[in-house]
Amino acid sequence: MEKHDHTNCIIHTENLTKVYNGGAVPVRAVNNVHLHIERGEFTALVGPSGSGKTTLLNLIGGLDTPTSGNVWVQDVNLANLSKNELIDFRLNNIGFVFQAYNLIPVLTARENIEFVMLLQKQSKEDRDKRVIQLLEETGLLEKADQRPNKLSGGQQQRVAVARALASMPQFVLADEPTANLDSKTAANLLDMMARLNREENMTFIFSTHDQRVIDRARRVITLVDGEIASDVLQEQNAVQI
Amino acid sequence: MIAKIAWKNIWRNRLRSLIVIISVILGLWAGTFLLAYVFGIMDQRLEDAIGHEISHLQFHQPDFLIDNDPQYSIQNSQQILNDLAQNEEVEAATGRVLAFGMVAAATTSSGGKFIGIEPEQEQAIAQLASTIIEGEYLKDGDKNKVVIGKKLADKLNVKIRSKVVLTFQDSEHNIVAGAFRVKGIFKSYNTSLEENNLYVSRSDLDQLLNVNGEVHEIAVLLHQSDLVPSFVSGMQRKHEDLSVRTWKQIAPELALMVDSIDQYLIIFLVIILLALSFGIVNTMLMAVLERGREIGVLMAVGMNKFRLFAMIFLETFFIVGMAAPLGLLLAYGSISYLESVGMDLSNLYADSYGSLGFKTIIHPHLEGYYYLRILLMVTITALLSAIYPAYTALRLDPVKAIRKI
Repeated sequence: MEKHDHTNCIIHTENLTKVYNGGAVPVRAVNNVHLHIERGEFTALVGPSGSGKTTLLNLIGGLDTPTSGNVWVQDVNLANLSKNELIDFRLNNIGFVFQAYNLIPVLTARENIEFVMLLQKQSKEDRDKRVIQLLEETGLLEKADQRPNKLSGGQQQRVAVARALASMPQFVLADEPTANLDSKTAANLLDMMARLNREENMTFIFSTHDQRVIDRARRVITLVDGEIASDVLQEQNAVQI
Repeated sequence: MIAKIAWKNIWRNRLRSLIVIISVILGLWAGTFLLAYVFGIMDQRLEDAIGHEISHLQFHQPDFLIDNDPQYSIQNSQQILNDLAQNEEVEAATGRVLAFGMVAAATTSSGGKFIGIEPEQEQAIAQLASTIIEGEYLKDGDKNKVVIGKKLADKLNVKIRSKVVLTFQDSEHNIVAGAFRVKGIFKSYNTSLEENNLYVSRSDLDQLLNVNGEVHEIAVLLHQSDLVPSFVSGMQRKHEDLSVRTWKQIAPELALMVDSIDQYLIIFLVIILLALSFGIVNTMLMAVLERGREIGVLMAVGMNKFRLFAMIFLETFFIVGMAAPLGLLLAYGSISYLESVGMDLSNLYADSYGSLGFKTIIHPHLEGYYYLRILLMVTITALLSAIYPAYTALRLDPVKAIRKI
């Protein structure tokens, strides 16, 4: 396996390109992107619709394969992993939060969080401990035994964040996590993720249109037509976060 | 957890799952019951054929079998019968004198098979007395008495004590005739027997045929039916000049039915299971496609293909696992009940069943190992039915699936 060493760099992309050939004209969704994400970052990927935010997240998360270029997560080049290895890699290294929450509807909040730890074959003791910790951190202890359809949108998204964190990932990829939430709920969710970022040094990368998220991000990367148009550090948030 | 999710997934769409479960229950019940019904008919037919008609094996003079010429009787038949009576494997044995000819009454006549019997010995083999519906069964020492079938009696328009004349060739090919009075009328489930067979005392027929105390046929009933092949082989070696045949050789059509019915019924069951499997595949496929986004999420968060495959498999197994025992239990209950009380089809199929030699009261019956065999077949069906939906789930692209609205 190739080695790629960057001190404190958790994600690194090289000439990352994704071209969709489904239509009459090939679409270059991500074009030659070079990116470094360091551990503990709270980064927002912004840009207009179709700018390639979600595609970039999918490529970083190993859900999609690049047309060319490479994605490194620490010292692992995702291109060198087989499909099964990639699934295991995602399980142990990456947390996902989706716009539509995407919880398993037949499981309770507790079970949704516990599920990924079961896939990791963690002991029951470890699972119980971690689930309680995450439920407390997300303020959902009282809702632990509720199924998703009994939870509000904000509560479901908190469970989704807890699920993403349950496997102790290297970083969390969140695709428009606040898009379906009202202002107050979105603010609460952002507070929670910011706290987790601060207290557990958890790396968060968001794709978002939401100004509330952009305002809270420490680093804002703007994509236009699949290319990085700007990459700005918002120093004021370094203290705030 | 995989099993828990699979179990809960089944009940997401209760109505759809229940419809599949009920269809599997009914399909299994119908298939199993049909098996038991046909086996019931076959067992009964076999039991009747052996117990009332052909017994386990018969001895004949080989030439007699060619054209039933009465001159070809079994020599030393009494010695053979005595030997058989001493044999521990033999339950009963009797000698019969046979002739084929015409039976005439006052107004009409008909063809018939005349069977000269020793009434007591015959009763141990063919239980004719139990089928008498009018008059009486023959007894040893009866002279010029005949027992005929109900259908033949109706055809000839004769009653008890009516006189009939039997005409046939004797052992020297002379036409001989004898007058007999009807002593008993029997009713048989087998229309052919009821229309053709006439029973008289062996001594009466012997006298007319002039066979000097010999018989044309020795019928033997053994204690255990599975001993028949070896017993027949032994007897054939001992009596090389005679033809010793098993019931399967005597009634090959019956043997063919018994031997092949198992295969036909299994094929029929496979067809039922195949139809059920399409229902299961359809349901599971719908369930998988409806949950595309969720499956995409499961793959995204780290559920590997083996576990995903196992989840879809388990869902199929849970459905079939609930339905199969219920279907088999329902089948077992209905078969057991009808085995004890019987299914009376006499109002529906009396003539057609009778003409084929079948009784019209059916006692469905199925050996225990058939239930296990069906359970195994259902398990295989479930396995096969799960493959395509599970394969479809594996082919989902998580990126596309998650974006699916």
